Amino acid sequence: MDNEPENTTGLDVAKRPWFSASPHVRTPDSVPQIMWTVAAAAAPSFFTGVYFFGPRAALVVAVCAASAMASEWAGTKILLRKKDLTILDGSAAVTGILLAFCLPTGIPLWQAAVGAAVAILVGKVVFGGLGCNIFNPARLGRAVLHAAGPAAVSGAAFLEKAAAAGSDSLGLPVAVARVPAFVDALTQATPLAAVKEGKFPASACPTWYDLNNLFIGRCGGCLGETSALAILVGGIWLLGRRIITWHIPAVYIGTVFVLMSVVKAPEAFRQQSIEPVLFMLQWSLFHVLAGGLFLGAFFMATDMVTSPMTAAGKVVYAAGAGVLVVLIRLLGGYPEGVCYSILIMNMVVPLIDRYIKPRKFGVAGGAR
Amino acid sequence: MGALWFKGGAHPPESKSAASRPVETVPPPALAVIPLSQHLGKPARAIVAKKDAVLRGQQIGEAQGMISAAVHSSVSGTVKEVGPARGPLGTFVECVFVESDGRDQAAESKGCSPDSLSPAEIIERVKAAGIVGMGGATFPTHVKLSPPPGKKIDCLIVNGCECEPCLSADHRLMLEKTEEILAGAGLFRKALGVARTVVAVEDNKPDAAAALMQRAGQHGVEVSVLRVKYPQGAEKQLIKALLGREVPSGGLPMDVGVVVQNVATCKAARDAVVEGKPLYERIVTVAGSAAARPGNFLVRIGTPFSEVVAFSGGTRAKVEKIVSGGPMMGLAQSTLNLPVTKGTSGILLLAADEARPAKMYPCLRCGRCIEACPMGLRPSVISSTVEAGRFGDLEDLDILDCIECGCCAYECPSARRIVQNVKRGKAELAKIRRKRKEKEDKAAAPAAKAGA
Repeated sequence: MDNEPENTTGLDVAKRPWFSASPHVRTPDSVPQIMWTVAAAAAPSFFTGVYFFGPRAALVVAVCAASAMASEWAGTKILLRKKDLTILDGSAAVTGILLAFCLPTGIPLWQAAVGAAVAILVGKVVFGGLGCNIFNPARLGRAVLHAAGPAAVSGAAFLEKAAAAGSDSLGLPVAVARVPAFVDALTQATPLAAVKEGKFPASACPTWYDLNNLFIGRCGGCLGETSALAILVGGIWLLGRRIITWHIPAVYIGTVFVLMSVVKAPEAFRQQSIEPVLFMLQWSLFHVLAGGLFLGAFFMATDMVTSPMTAAGKVVYAAGAGVLVVLIRLLGGYPEGVCYSILIMNMVVPLIDRYIKPRKFGVAGGAR
Repeated sequence: MGALWFKGGAHPPESKSAASRPVETVPPPALAVIPLSQHLGKPARAIVAKKDAVLRGQQIGEAQGMISAAVHSSVSGTVKEVGPARGPLGTFVECVFVESDGRDQAAESKGCSPDSLSPAEIIERVKAAGIVGMGGATFPTHVKLSPPPGKKIDCLIVNGCECEPCLSADHRLMLEKTEEILAGAGLFRKALGVARTVVAVEDNKPDAAAALMQRAGQHGVEVSVLRVKYPQGAEKQLIKALLGREVPSGGLPMDVGVVVQNVATCKAARDAVVEGKPLYERIVTVAGSAAARPGNFLVRIGTPFSEVVAFSGGTRAKVEKIVSGGPMMGLAQSTLNLPVTKGTSGILLLAADEARPAKMYPCLRCGRCIEACPMGLRPSVISSTVEAGRFGDLEDLDILDCIECGCCAYECPSARRIVQNVKRGKAELAKIRRKRKEKEDKAAAPAAKAGA
């Protein structure tokens, strides 16, 4: 057919035009664009981390990102034999950055590097690379580090050292040292760990001032997860760019807030006054703002590869993760439950996607 | 009244720069290559032979079977040959080659006043004129006008959505031939015996909507302006948006009492009935980044794409991809040496940056395709199932409900070839079903014998 007489006088037509199935236009969005946007959306948290915990935070992020990208390169070349340079798609960098965000600033750098390598190699490459993994790689990396040496990862170790050495010398801003009673106790450890260990009386109530500190990120914790405000800024940007949808963050955080309130509600409403009710709200807000819930809700649980594909599926997944956070925090052995709640719900995703389908057009009552 | 909404869809850039350009007439070709298969259904049978003299509008192909359409010559001259050439799908089909004598003599036509005709006579004339759905599906119109006795039709929808980006042929027609479109709609309404007629236009064509509304009253039709969203012009989505009715899975619009006709089809029907003019020309939009002067052109059926493009002003960059139709559902073609047919709504000429395939990444399971699917399917799952070769599972994934609108592939950030996989999957599934049926028939045959 190629030697047909072409009646294309004066027309500049390629000898063999491109041939493909429709459509012939496509969205300007692409995988690298999505991944690098997520990396950029992490910037506010990065800067607050550096501000509150000092320049070493930047070093931890850099080491994790570099280790993740190097592992991705080596893993895809050697294990998967991919010709493409997959580190350019940005997914490895995002994994590294997000892993660093749930590590304490004082973690030994070799541990951070090992964590990132595990995240990529065990969390992603062994499953077949991008798009094939079951678990959120960053959370898997953190879980492995946590299992290997819990103190180094919980945030407490560094802060204890900081308290011993005098916070200023380790780069902790003065603001942290000056917060009043409740959070002051918390600078010794992460707020959630302090609660778990009963470091302050059960009757103590997080004040609005404490909550404000938690919101801004002026408290102990992992380097990228303490500032709910910074995460919110990045998260809203991701929502606006359509990279994440509202379902997972809203339902995840909402479930934790509601369940924490429900736990306190009988006590709060038994007394005929407003204080216990306010305490209940403050308690629930404390649990929403402390720890890694915001980071988990906006950046981790929303990972496309490891979350359900449908909106309804996302709601189920996020609600399940919220329930798990509450169970682990209140009944479990760990002060924080975000990491495991996401990893556990990751395992349920195939099941959710199997049973929750969109309603098919032209079928009453949904897909058969 | 419906919710004026359907689920899913996409908002590709409209790129309708040709919409402001009035329709220009392309001179008849020196050699018209007229495929006998320009419609869905059985190809027409040639009723002329080599060296026969034909006139413009003279019938040269006869409909065969229930679903088929007549074909007419678009020029006057001599039949040079009846043989294979590239048809509308880019594949080789039987064509009639008519060499023009340059006189462009019309065959005798007998128009008549539509008021004097019965519904059956209208349908007969539409059938004789070889009219098919001109939105692109090319389903024979007379078949749509003859629903089986059990089906009660209560609404005629005249489709002026033209939701495909780049195309503006219907838009220009609505502006320039408003009266003819509404007259044609009136004929369809009479043929179907329905009371209600709704003309649907998207809100990116306010001038067309205004022109239609101005005349709507005297024709007794409603004009509904819909918020722009692709694929609003797809029958099922349009019915859902306008009337809130869902065509059942595997069903047809007539199952919910609706017949949808494209505006150009209405105009063609009016010309056929009132002027006795068969369907031998249509408006084609030439657009795309490599088209020098995007515009809309009245083209005789059988004119090669290359002549239309040359008349339009040629190319301004190297054409790296040729598409017949719109960018969302159109077919890529390997050559411009291809005749314009009854279903050719557009000729797109894409330059390198638009033509080159995007880099493909692994599926991220982001779910954008599911969100975009107007049929409520899971395109990513269908696509990966085809890639894995598990064709037997496709039926349960409702692949047959897919209308191939392309919203999924448009939205896919990984540039997965979803529509390509769906097309392949449908073909493979058809093979499986055929085999299954053969097996069943074989199994049934001895049983029947034994029974006898």
